Amino acid sequence: MAVQGVLANRLRSLLTMLGITIGVAAVIILVAVGHGSAVSVQQRIESLGTNVVTIQPGFSFGRGSGGFQASFTQLTLKDVKALQDQSAAPDIKSVTPVVNGSVTAAFGSSSYSPGQFVGTTPSYEEARKSPVEAGTFITAQEEAQHARVVVLGQTVVENLFGSQSPLGQTIKLNGIGFEVVGVLTPKGTNGIQDQDDIAIAPLTTTQDLITGVTSGLGQIIIEAKSSQQVNAAEAEATSILTPNHSSNGTPNFRVLNQASLLQTTASTNHVFTVLLAAVAAISLLVGGIGVMNIMLVTVTERTREIGIRKALGARRGDILGQFLTEAVLLSVFGGIAGVGAGLIGSRFKIVGVQPAVELYSVLLALGVGVAVGLFFGIYPANRAASLRPIEALRYE
Amino acid sequence: MSTVRRRTTLVLKSVSKTYGAGDVAVHALRGIDLRVERGDFVAVMGASGSGKSTLMNLIGCLDVPSEGRYLLEGIDVSRLDDYELAFIRNRKIGFVFQSYNLVPRTTALRNVELPLIYARVPKSERRRRAEEALVAVGVGDRMHHVPSQLSGGQQQRVAIARAIVTEPAIVLADEPTGNLDSASGREVMEIFVGLNRAGRTIVMITHEADIAAYAKRVIHLVDGRVESDGRTGAAAAVSA
Repeated sequence: MAVQGVLANRLRSLLTMLGITIGVAAVIILVAVGHGSAVSVQQRIESLGTNVVTIQPGFSFGRGSGGFQASFTQLTLKDVKALQDQSAAPDIKSVTPVVNGSVTAAFGSSSYSPGQFVGTTPSYEEARKSPVEAGTFITAQEEAQHARVVVLGQTVVENLFGSQSPLGQTIKLNGIGFEVVGVLTPKGTNGIQDQDDIAIAPLTTTQDLITGVTSGLGQIIIEAKSSQQVNAAEAEATSILTPNHSSNGTPNFRVLNQASLLQTTASTNHVFTVLLAAVAAISLLVGGIGVMNIMLVTVTERTREIGIRKALGARRGDILGQFLTEAVLLSVFGGIAGVGAGLIGSRFKIVGVQPAVELYSVLLALGVGVAVGLFFGIYPANRAASLRPIEALRYE
Repeated sequence: MSTVRRRTTLVLKSVSKTYGAGDVAVHALRGIDLRVERGDFVAVMGASGSGKSTLMNLIGCLDVPSEGRYLLEGIDVSRLDDYELAFIRNRKIGFVFQSYNLVPRTTALRNVELPLIYARVPKSERRRRAEEALVAVGVGDRMHHVPSQLSGGQQQRVAIARAIVTEPAIVLADEPTGNLDSASGREVMEIFVGLNRAGRTIVMITHEADIAAYAKRVIHLVDGRVESDGRTGAAAAVSA
């Protein structure tokens, strides 16, 4: 009987369902967008290494003899040695010094300037999660021997060699010959820069030939022994470095903790997702009110029919059940269509974010959609069931 | 008691119905005493405002009297609540309305099945009984048509089929020919006469004397009171 009621006015039923459909689809898509952006940010941060604390030279302002003074600091290999001391820093697994330079690479007739040029030690591979795809990473021996070797990222390889194999070839960096010993596994973009647009050489060689010994380290990457020890490692590093790098007790270096960064972004993203879901929930609510509106119109329109049914012996419960079922049918079909639309819509990139559908959002949206239909169906159905048969029969 | 129940279908004992209260009170019925025997065919006549619609609503259990008692097959209907009234309407009363009152966009068969659905009759039995009722009133070939595809006379026949499908104690007809041309009206009245011959109790409200003439007994209502109550020629013809 309720199915008949829904089918009796197809266009109207469809438009009513559309309200629920849009609401459910909006919840699914927006939660997926929120979740998708959280996932991509997390991936970017994780691609930098998770158990990792990065220390960068910085500066601090202090009140000196001539008023405010900015004091700068340089991180050196001495700091690296100090951090590697297991008795002072038991939670630190490895310490990787990094210098940054800029080079122009040339091979044959092609030349290219990598986005990043890094001089570092073998532990970089693990700390930065940059394994080689082919060949080898820089070895401790090469590092000790100031060997002129280089490991290239995919983007650099493509620009210099095209489809040719770069292994064993010699390229010129700022005019000095380096042998290509390895190619990094592609990582893609981290959202800010192309992580494959990189060339890596031994720290010693880089300081000798590219940056000079005096320029100091660009950063020191510290890897903790486990993810639980990251904060301890950070504290140890800070206490080791502070005596040498502070002015008036304020450290003038910066410590970036990936784990805490991860937590911060995760909670920010959570707020973002909840906000999106709330907006979508409003449209679901509006859809529910649409169901109520149509059901009220339907009840008024079918007053006479309700009177007939009551004269024939329909009880309150029969009428209530019929109209409530109609409302729920509308919202169930609308909800299922919304799930379909939401899943299809989530396959496309939305404002640069690949949505990641969450099962809970699908179930929640469908459940809430049906509940909304039920809730907003109760009033009209109750109104229908409460009609007095004599008056309903007289209704024109 | 059992013989009374078998022979008497309905009894009204000094039934009054008042709408409103105090100065604005409208006394639609003022102390009606009425007894309808089983198998009778009663026509209730009266001008508009005479209280015949109110009487119809009371007999049809759509409303309860303000005062007095109404016994339908021995059950005191005046004391029942809405739920029980719905049950009584379903089992004991078959309605035929002036404007047919079929459920729109619903086939004749489904319309006739409706009271059986509310009586929780199983589907196959429901279907069989509805088909039988439709055949009995001569619209067996129109079962799967919706009301808008039927003529007035056919719609009223479907309505009669719906009224008798539950085997009610009483068929209550409110101006059943009011919307019909005289030929279809006559056909519909022939159906009522046939049903009455087969033993069905019928109470019909009308304001047309020639329609009332089909009944065995005619009651005239004036201002909420029974003015006259007598047997007709039709009754004489049957008994003769």
